[in-house]
Amino acid sequence: MKKHQKKENAIIYLNVYGEGVLQMKKRRFFIRTGILLVMLAALCYTMYNSVFAKQDRVKEGSIAPNFVLQSVDGERIELKDLKGKGVFLNFWGTWCGPCKQEFPYMANQYEVFKDRGVEIVAVNVAESKIAVKNFMESYGVNFPIAMDKDRQVTEAYDITPLPTTFLVNPEGKVIKVIKGTMTERQIYDYMNLIKPKGS
Amino acid sequence: MAAVSENLLFAAFLLYLAAVPFFGGAIKGKKKVDGPRRNKAALIGITLTIIGFLSQFGYFISRWMASGHAPVSNLFEFTTAFGMMLVLAFIILYFVYQVSVLGLFTLPIALLIIAYASMFPSDISPLIPSLQSNWLYIHVTTAALGQAILAISFVAGVIFLLKHVDQTKPGKKTFGLELVMFMIVVTLAFIAVTSIFRMTGYEAKFNWVDKNKKESVMVYELPALVGPHKGELVTQDRLEPFVDLPPVFSGRKVNTVLWSFGTGLILYGLIRLIIRKRLSALLQPLVKQVNLDLVDEIGYRAVSIGFPVFALGGLIFAMIWAQIAWTRFWGWDPKEVWALITFLFYAAYLHLRLSRGWHGEKSAWLAVIGFAIIMFNLIFVNLVIAGLHSYA
Amino acid sequence: MKEVKCECGHINPIGTVLCESCGNPIAAKEKNSSKLLDMRYDGSARRSQTYNKTIVDKVWNFFSSVKVGVWLIVITLLASSLGTIFPQERFIPPGASASTYYEEQYGSFGKLYYTLGFHDLYNSWWFLALVASIGISLVICSLDRVIPLYRALKNQGVIKKEGFMRRQRLFSETDKTLDQHTYEGIKKAMKQKRYRVREENGHILAEKGRFSRWGPYVNHIGLIIFLIGSMLRFVPGMYVDETLWVREGETAPIPGTDGQYFLKNNAFSIDRYETGNEKEVFENAIERAGDGQVVKSYKTDATLYKREGEVVFGEKPKLKQVSEHDIKVNEPLKFDQFSLYQVDFKQNELDQMVFQLIRKDTEKSFGTVKINLLEPKSEYDLGSGYKVKVMSYLPDFYFDDDGTPSTKTRNPNNPAFVFEMVSPEKPKGEKSFVAIQETVEGSDNNLYKMKFDRVETKNVTGLTVRKDLTLGVLIVGGIIFMIGVVQGMYWQHRRIWLSAKDGKVFVAGHTNKNWFGLKSDLGVLLSDSGIKQPVDQKELPDTTSISKSKGEGLDGSSQ
Repeated sequence: MKKHQKKENAIIYLNVYGEGVLQMKKRRFFIRTGILLVMLAALCYTMYNSVFAKQDRVKEGSIAPNFVLQSVDGERIELKDLKGKGVFLNFWGTWCGPCKQEFPYMANQYEVFKDRGVEIVAVNVAESKIAVKNFMESYGVNFPIAMDKDRQVTEAYDITPLPTTFLVNPEGKVIKVIKGTMTERQIYDYMNLIKPKGS
Repeated sequence: MAAVSENLLFAAFLLYLAAVPFFGGAIKGKKKVDGPRRNKAALIGITLTIIGFLSQFGYFISRWMASGHAPVSNLFEFTTAFGMMLVLAFIILYFVYQVSVLGLFTLPIALLIIAYASMFPSDISPLIPSLQSNWLYIHVTTAALGQAILAISFVAGVIFLLKHVDQTKPGKKTFGLELVMFMIVVTLAFIAVTSIFRMTGYEAKFNWVDKNKKESVMVYELPALVGPHKGELVTQDRLEPFVDLPPVFSGRKVNTVLWSFGTGLILYGLIRLIIRKRLSALLQPLVKQVNLDLVDEIGYRAVSIGFPVFALGGLIFAMIWAQIAWTRFWGWDPKEVWALITFLFYAAYLHLRLSRGWHGEKSAWLAVIGFAIIMFNLIFVNLVIAGLHSYA
Repeated sequence: MKEVKCECGHINPIGTVLCESCGNPIAAKEKNSSKLLDMRYDGSARRSQTYNKTIVDKVWNFFSSVKVGVWLIVITLLASSLGTIFPQERFIPPGASASTYYEEQYGSFGKLYYTLGFHDLYNSWWFLALVASIGISLVICSLDRVIPLYRALKNQGVIKKEGFMRRQRLFSETDKTLDQHTYEGIKKAMKQKRYRVREENGHILAEKGRFSRWGPYVNHIGLIIFLIGSMLRFVPGMYVDETLWVREGETAPIPGTDGQYFLKNNAFSIDRYETGNEKEVFENAIERAGDGQVVKSYKTDATLYKREGEVVFGEKPKLKQVSEHDIKVNEPLKFDQFSLYQVDFKQNELDQMVFQLIRKDTEKSFGTVKINLLEPKSEYDLGSGYKVKVMSYLPDFYFDDDGTPSTKTRNPNNPAFVFEMVSPEKPKGEKSFVAIQETVEGSDNNLYKMKFDRVETKNVTGLTVRKDLTLGVLIVGGIIFMIGVVQGMYWQHRRIWLSAKDGKVFVAGHTNKNWFGLKSDLGVLLSDSGIKQPVDQKELPDTTSISKSKGEGLDGSSQ
């Protein structure tokens, strides 16, 4: 085998591009590696995107879309007006068990944080005023409830499960999205996170 | 018009039946059977076949006219159309290769398919909303044509194996080939049993409890060997089932399957007793003069022609229509998955043959498996595995 | 690559099996054999066979193998079938939970199915890896073969060595000196059969259908594009899949359109097949399925609106009508890059509930209260001191685990009220709890009661909002795939070599598929020429083949 190889080595031609053997090997290596890497990158990108589930339109780092809603009592609530305050934006419904669970905790913590520059806006998803008013009485709700009767805001925030809470900092950016119910301790921590500096 | 179409279908059936013995006669001759000295029997055979096909095509058109939609909207209609396409595919390949033995085997299969189809409700029915589209005839007929052309490779494969497999050496191969024969007997048994009980008007009503705990009524057209879940026989003087099934199973369907296989087994046993050898051995003399190369070639050609047609009709047209009707071009529903499996299988067939040299016997066995997949899609997926596509 | 020079003078890339030009076997394996030449890829150097050094090469070679490709296809096929044993998660009844459903319905097999993850098989990582591998294999297999094949077919010479010709599957040797007339006759016949005829020194190469060799590579490209299209779905902005339920009379924002578009459901109608109204020929079928049971058509008479001005969510939008459309199955409403499909509906959802305020002992009615179940008023003034107050409202009433009255959803499926009835006799009001078929009075001494009068209903339409920008790519992939398959399957690449030298005529033939067609061509071309028909030297393993007989015409139609 070796002798044969030596003989072949003696007749080395340059190929049409004027490349010698070593250069050819390098070129082949780079081309093959390149092609494999491109395919791998595409696959990883796809896998990453598909696994990290739905591309939520409003996620960590997004600017919280502005909205205008009416409270249960008919007052106007606009998100933009709350700039400078941390906003605890919670989406809920009266049929949602976990929402009911966390409302008392939210009420408690609201007492603590409302003088520290944190506002709660609890957006009710398309229910009747009566149902919401009853609920507020039963659960001792002391924070603003906004009525999203035609679901515009719910759609804009791409809500699927209830409850979903967005933590919006005083500059209007979403710093965290919480899906599912929260403990009182968590609510405390979250409100701390969004309270304006120096309060 | 409806009556006309029924009669045309029946006429087609008879014509195909008549053509079979002529093809049988055609292969007996010792002289060369093509070119200017065309074998007379073969000529009669193919003429009868073509007239039969035209008659069946007439059934197709007249039924279309009677119902206002392409007659491919339920299991009966689709399966008859499939049978028609099978005959068409055979006619085309006959003119390319002039092989009478192909007719001898394809026509009985087509007959069996049409008879099988007739066991299902054949009422001309109006379309449900999702079928109200031109894509009904575009997608379904192309898919049926594709599957039919692929099915010819099965027939060619069986012919190949009937000649090639050594019946004196029992083993995997003789078993496999005989299994194909057995399944044909089972189909025959299903048709016979269903027809006989239908002629006597047999009916047995059961009250039963379905898997959603709801009470429901199930009507059996065959005596109940197995009953539905918590079944209560309502009709008097009918066979009481020996055992009741769990609610996931449809009592009636399992019962039919049991009857088919049971009767098939008995029928097959009787045949074996009488002829004293395997069915494949019985048929072997019929293929004595077959040129194996040629039959192998026909089988391959059928796949190479049929594969693009099936890909177009069974996948591409299907995806376009699914996007229009169901919002998504692919949803992994069982019918779609099995169409994909059929596609992948024949892709593998082509690669194995063209790149790995799998000619001859290997090809023939692959063709048999391919047909099994097509039949699974037609029978099992439609009737058992429910889904958006289930017809029955 | 290092090159190898053939006897004829042509320089071939290393690894070449047969000289590109004259067909002389170069590779040692072929050189020392006398069997039929392996004409796959025309004897060109399949690149991956030549190099096997680095890990990159090893990966490359793995994916380049057709055997591996076939295995991938077969495994994918088998895996796909597993997903049809039990219904996939997406097909189980809405509300059912996968973790319990499979075990409940199918017992221990069901439990196993769920544990293995087969309930969502087609999204599982390993299935996607299989599909990805097929994609990689498609790319590498094709690149590896098409480039050398193209070279080989481009560089092929007209003159082939005798050794090459002898070892072709179709070959014949005739002792004859070919006269010019016959020679020209053969050439003419070839051209008539649309072969491209090239001549050199008494050697002929007749070739046709070379383009069909590229068919497989074209269809592979089509598949690759299709797969790329399916990956593109995950790029943000390419795909929207939302559900929209709209009641009759309601105008709702269309999800996924960023508050730009709204849809009004003017009316939802549904028709069923009834024996009186249809063609006679359908009667049997309708009766068998149940008269009035089978849906004939259903549609939403809808108006599409676009929002004018700046989008501020929650504000009452200023809407401009864009179009009106009947949305039906098979007829989605298309706008911008979106499509709205009719998918589902809910008939007769409760809309208004009407009660009468009745004095129990006289059964006299003191007024009618019509309650909008989506937005009940808190007080209904009936005049003359009669009022009905709604103290509490549960649209979808049930008793929860603690026995507390709660609501299951926000839809008025099962409305329940706590009324306070104010009358001149009872100005402080009497309470009564009223649900469907259930009234619980606040006290035994109530003078008045709320009597259920009637309901009014509305239909709700269920639509799917879809945006899919990947469809174009998929269609292109599909078309290219079909072109490639047709190109490769319906035509063949045929070549006939003829050399007339020194009193001998050699004829050899090769095709990539459909040997019978080629043999038939040769039969016609060489008829009346005195040249022997090429014999098929390839034997089907363990079969007897009549076609072995030498010198007989081998048209494709023997029986």
